[in-house]
Amino acid sequence: MSTVTHPTAHFDLEPMTGPGNVQLLEISMGPQHPSTHGVFRMKVVLDGERVVRLKPVFGFLHRNHEKIAESETYLGSMPYTDRLDYMCPLTNNWAYALAVEKLAGIEVPERAEYLRVIAGELTRLQNHACLIGFLMQDLGSSGTPLMYAFREREKILDLFEALTGARMMGNYMRFGGCRVDLPAGWLEQAGKVVADFPRFLDEYERLLVGNEILMDRTQEVGVLSRELAVSAGISGPMARASGVDYDIRKVDRYSIYDRFTFRVPLGSHGDVYDRFMVRLLEMRESVGILQQAMRDIPGGPIVDPKMKIRGFRPKPGEAYGRIEAPKGELGFYLVSDGSPNPYRYRVRPPSLINLTVLEDLCVGQNVADIVAILGSIDIVMGEVDR
Amino acid sequence: MNLETIKSEIEANVPGCRLEIVANPSPSGQHSLRVDGEHAVDVAIFLRDASGLRFDFCSNVTGIDWPGKELTEKVKLRKLVDGAEQEVEEIRKTTTPGSLEVVYHLYSVEKKHGPITLRMRTQDRDTGVHLPSLTPVWRSAEFQEREVFDLFGVVFDGHPDLRRLLMWPGFVDHPMRRDYRDPDDCEYEPTAHDAVLQRANRHRSGVEGR
Repeated sequence: MSTVTHPTAHFDLEPMTGPGNVQLLEISMGPQHPSTHGVFRMKVVLDGERVVRLKPVFGFLHRNHEKIAESETYLGSMPYTDRLDYMCPLTNNWAYALAVEKLAGIEVPERAEYLRVIAGELTRLQNHACLIGFLMQDLGSSGTPLMYAFREREKILDLFEALTGARMMGNYMRFGGCRVDLPAGWLEQAGKVVADFPRFLDEYERLLVGNEILMDRTQEVGVLSRELAVSAGISGPMARASGVDYDIRKVDRYSIYDRFTFRVPLGSHGDVYDRFMVRLLEMRESVGILQQAMRDIPGGPIVDPKMKIRGFRPKPGEAYGRIEAPKGELGFYLVSDGSPNPYRYRVRPPSLINLTVLEDLCVGQNVADIVAILGSIDIVMGEVDR
Repeated sequence: MNLETIKSEIEANVPGCRLEIVANPSPSGQHSLRVDGEHAVDVAIFLRDASGLRFDFCSNVTGIDWPGKELTEKVKLRKLVDGAEQEVEEIRKTTTPGSLEVVYHLYSVEKKHGPITLRMRTQDRDTGVHLPSLTPVWRSAEFQEREVFDLFGVVFDGHPDLRRLLMWPGFVDHPMRRDYRDPDDCEYEPTAHDAVLQRANRHRSGVEGR
């Protein structure tokens, strides 16, 4: 049908001039760049070291997840949601399960809600720890913070492996509950990991928070105003670093988050350093939630016994369900026409929508700051391109 | 938030707008508001700025494809057959044009309520696919409307930078439409022959005939 052309064929390196007849240089950062967190490309126009324009180019990892899910049964898409944001598969499962439960009106047993909270908060811990590690790696600290984070992540992935059977691709949630119950001794093991986590955070803070190089590279860099953050749909730690007091765990009170006491850390400057700091503080709150959940977890069934897994056909209608994923608001919009597969299946990817302001943050900064700004947005290309 | 009161509030403040509440039979109870394209921007600005509503956070923008349906109905007619008037049954086929629908999910960061679902429909799926862009109202629609343009083919008038988002610039067609056909391996085959060539011809005739 069509003339199939490769994306790079449209990359034009025309000589450009800016105001005052200054020669501008257009460079391409990515898609094969170690600090673009996957196959992401930015067309950057530079005036010397200064960024004049920046256009992100998407689609290198596009596989039309939504189309595939529409030709698949509701349950059939569950393992595939793991692959969206592959750093936090369990929260992806959760968001999808929540949307389907809204669509079909399914109740979740209490124990399953606790299991979900534990799985979700452990996911948040390892995502934030690694993100900070990646950010430091991008800023040029050769590996130490990242390896510290990976050491902790490994412990959490061991827990996931014992719980779900897979380190990363957990496929753990089901509509109306979870797939398997906790294995023997899991809570004790998890309790130890969680109890040790604040020590890692102390160590991380000592290493990073007052670090002069980090402060030089990140403070007053990539400042996002509160107004722009709200208007551009920025969610998650990135919005809260700009002072937007919006945490879906508090606002929607989905699942059982109204039972836990935790605070929502807010930033006041909206720069890269605040985004780093908000994540560091959020991990401490997650540790608190985990300790409360592990203390209070009741017995009972882990999946609604009346739930029909095979031949699941929700009645016609639609639902939008969302959760506070580690990267922001992860939502699923489903339209059912009464058949076994969704008529419309949409993922609201926080990574993609948080990138809306990338150009606004980068213009006027130095070219080396792009890497820090992108690192602080926290993207995973599996979710951006879907 | 009651959708009826929101509807009457909008009608009082945006003169001439045609609103319709679309009921959602699912247990989620998320009913939506259908807006006509002409007044959509005014309605959106009202929803964002009205002091009681303040829907300042446009969370999700997406499209839905509703292809045209072929309806067959039997019609009884009186006709002259061999000189005598008789009742004859005829089958009539009518096709509806179908439409593309764009859905916006709005929340309020300030008032911490929501969601309210806003919908717009295009006239058909061929030429009347123009809808106003709400990117000037909510910046978060920028990439999402580009995605809907890319994957569904809705043209958003007033969008500052309407280009394909996920597919490459030379790509034709819109993959999320229900009648989209996958590109065949043949399209990457420089010298297609035998089974691949046959498949290529079948594929091309199907796509070009559309």
